[in-house]
Amino acid sequence: MENLDGILKELNLTHDEYRKIVELIGKEPNLTELWVFSAMWSEHCSYKSSKPYLGRMPSSGDRVIIGPGENAGAVSIGDGLAVVFKMESHNHPSFIEPYNGAATGVGGILRDIFTMGARPVAILDSLRFGEPDSSKMRYLIDGVVAGIAGYGNCMGIPTVGGEVYFDDAYKDNILVNAMAVGIAPADRIFLAKASGEGNPVFYVGSKTGRDGIHGATMASASFTDQTAELKPTVQVGDPFMEKLLMEACLELMKDDHIVAIQDMGAAGLTSSSVEMAAKGGLGIEIDLDRVPQREEGMQPYEIMLSESQERMLLIARKGHEKAVERVFKKWGLDVSMIGRLVKSPWITVRAGGQIHVQLPLEALVDHAPVYTRYARMPASMAEAAEEQPVEKILEPADYGKTFLQLLSSPGINSKAWIYEQYDHSVGTDTVIKPGSDAALIRIKGTRKGIAISTDGNARYTYLGPYTGAAAAVCEAARNIACVGARPVALTDCLNFGNPENPDVMWQFIESINGIASACLKMNIPVISGNVSFYNETEGKSIYPTPVIGMVGLIENIHERITPDFKDKGDAIILLGSTLDECGGSEYLKITAGGITGNPPAVSPRTEARLVDLLLAMNRLHIIKSATDCSEGGLGIALARCAIAGNRGAVINMKWKYRPDRELFSESQHRIIVSAADKHIDKIKKMAESYDIPFKIIGRVEGSGLRINNLLSIPVKELKNAYTKGI
Amino acid sequence: MPGPKAGVIVFPGTNCDSDTYHAIKQVMGIDVDYIWYEKKTLKQYQLIVVPGGFSYGDYLRAGALARFSPVMDALRAYSENNGLVLGICNGFQILLEASMLPGSMQKNKTLKFICRDVHVRVERNNMPFTMLYKKGDVLRIPIAHAEGNYYAPEQTLKTLEGNDQVVFRYVDEKGRVSEDANPNGSVYGIAGLCNAGGNILAMMPHPERASDKLLGSEDGRKLFLSIKKALK
Repeated sequence: MENLDGILKELNLTHDEYRKIVELIGKEPNLTELWVFSAMWSEHCSYKSSKPYLGRMPSSGDRVIIGPGENAGAVSIGDGLAVVFKMESHNHPSFIEPYNGAATGVGGILRDIFTMGARPVAILDSLRFGEPDSSKMRYLIDGVVAGIAGYGNCMGIPTVGGEVYFDDAYKDNILVNAMAVGIAPADRIFLAKASGEGNPVFYVGSKTGRDGIHGATMASASFTDQTAELKPTVQVGDPFMEKLLMEACLELMKDDHIVAIQDMGAAGLTSSSVEMAAKGGLGIEIDLDRVPQREEGMQPYEIMLSESQERMLLIARKGHEKAVERVFKKWGLDVSMIGRLVKSPWITVRAGGQIHVQLPLEALVDHAPVYTRYARMPASMAEAAEEQPVEKILEPADYGKTFLQLLSSPGINSKAWIYEQYDHSVGTDTVIKPGSDAALIRIKGTRKGIAISTDGNARYTYLGPYTGAAAAVCEAARNIACVGARPVALTDCLNFGNPENPDVMWQFIESINGIASACLKMNIPVISGNVSFYNETEGKSIYPTPVIGMVGLIENIHERITPDFKDKGDAIILLGSTLDECGGSEYLKITAGGITGNPPAVSPRTEARLVDLLLAMNRLHIIKSATDCSEGGLGIALARCAIAGNRGAVINMKWKYRPDRELFSESQHRIIVSAADKHIDKIKKMAESYDIPFKIIGRVEGSGLRINNLLSIPVKELKNAYTKGI
Repeated sequence: MPGPKAGVIVFPGTNCDSDTYHAIKQVMGIDVDYIWYEKKTLKQYQLIVVPGGFSYGDYLRAGALARFSPVMDALRAYSENNGLVLGICNGFQILLEASMLPGSMQKNKTLKFICRDVHVRVERNNMPFTMLYKKGDVLRIPIAHAEGNYYAPEQTLKTLEGNDQVVFRYVDEKGRVSEDANPNGSVYGIAGLCNAGGNILAMMPHPERASDKLLGSEDGRKLFLSIKKALK
């Protein structure tokens, strides 16, 4: 091939990989074939750097119906129903073009859900931006939020929760992770495994254009100063088209017309056709002349690699062609039979009567390279740990002022300015809205509800990836429990820098180990996930950012718990213990200005007991409210309960450490509950039997938050500080 | 004799159809059909709801394309025959675009989509949609829209107010009109509007999302119960 060096560089393939391709297929690939290899062997599609480690996370359990490897995972929640969910990143496109990057991120994850036959019922996000003090960053924030809103709102699927952090580690590489959750009949879940030689292959949905060509390979490379030139590779979303596609697919899935289905996401037609056929051990023949196209003169490689949105590839049963065509035509969508399954496990692509691609599927899928990359603990981590942050912080002269400063900081304050742009009430199932510990969605026709939360504090993972990643699992479980639900399963979205950098690889492996260990100890399986590498610009990596999306189940939604203080005179109880630690805390960040120290200590076994204790108390109806202590510690958690209930509290604590450390430490495994006096003995006894520290710290009382003689702030003032936005 | 029957119109892109269907079933306990946008007659129904959503993606302008659907001629004929029509959110926008009510919708004053609970005051209860409310009742109901900033020329507004056609107005929780209580910039704080005959009601807030205690507010229930009573 002429100019092989240049071509390989453009396709992001190494010379070693090229040699391997030639060896595998016994010939020099033509250019179209090489494009197909570059897509299938990209990090994004092949998981070549992460594969050796992903298996460490437990993925089985009594409720698991579908584990990792499909479009999304599924768990049983009884009553013949399954919850189907997954989280995915759309980081690179969102940095280049925030609105469409974020919008198509939502579109993609929703397709993963309804591809399985599930109707999506909720969207959540997890966002990371630089500090919101530059116009560039405000543009990115506004664009991303509007993009998520624009897509989800139009689809009529509520965006019910999420999280956002601001730190200059993301200044040149923001993170946009979206999670979608759907409900399906447990016995009618559709998979991407082809079967039945001779069955027809249908292309449905939008027409194919040149947008997004090379998206999978773009997502597998780092940013440079020429990033703006990548704009044409960002896809444009059309949520209206996706709404029609979703309704059409779900209508078709009511009957037995389909044997397999997969959305055309990253690497478009290439990955969907290759993966479906390979999973079924069959081959596939495709005629590109039959692919609906919106531009003229597209080359075969462009059609194969296009990432135009709102498209699906499905394998129908022979003889059911008319039914497929009828449903998609009813919804005004393109539907075209573009090929068939064949016995011999090859992919053959024709256009203009000529064969352009003829490759063994095994070479594309099973023989994709897997790298065990060199990993080494970053020197920066040891340095950060050596800086003992506590000594750097002077005790506040005015606790009230510091308290309000913390409460109004972008990392802690109310995110209403974001979630009020999301339609979170469509669907009439959102029982607990955004702004609480977890969202709670009812399942119509049952008494059940599902709780959902996304969590991941990357300051902790930066300072200690193992501990931080385990903390993310613990916090998600605690959030789920705080609304009264039991954690069932989780999905993860692992956002990291360049895996060819040993520091990053070490952070990645440690994070996986942290998640795996927490999941094993808490008996929570990982049923789907996504890895996003190469989040770096000009050689500078983001913080290692594993994000956990967890789903829990509440059997009786009338037993849900909310954080708001309910009645005057109720006792306020702290379950769990506060340690003298403030590494990686929000308090440290706003006072000393650095991200240093050790992350809070984590014990998943303690978390499991805390979750069990809270749920056991809730079953006895002896607690009135619950919320977890997270960013901003105990102090901020108390403020949130007061604001939510519009009730004051009088706190009297005996300090073991300096008060600011006790108030703002982000020690894990702590929950604040409120309860009537008559139940205190019972709560105390139960806490003892679960081996969880118990302490009455105050009463619900008055119209302000008073903490010892340190501060006294009217709830109204707390609310103003909390809700003023950024 | 069979009881009254309601229809919920479904355009491509409608997304509150099932919410509305569910609320009618649960609260009113009457039969409901989904009505595909190509349907040409609505004679068999006693209530037609034009629900919320993004009909035709709200491309061009919210509601601008839906008004050309075949079902709209049927809807006009049905309403001229005194049939009850309830337009919610996108339904309001469509009824305006179809000139079944006067005025138009602009983008919210914040230029952003807004989803939150708002308070509206019942300005009129001598009509089928609100007869179980008291005049002056303050209801807490969610809004969820990007284009709910109602506008009409001064002369039209005078006529609307003079004819008692403003049915719901944005207020604060104590029932007072103020700029802060008006989420989208709607002129005169108009949140809901009826035609001169009182058989077409259009509103931006979503009563179907405030009809179940589990969801935080039941203030929309009486709207459906009023209609039920009117149909007896």
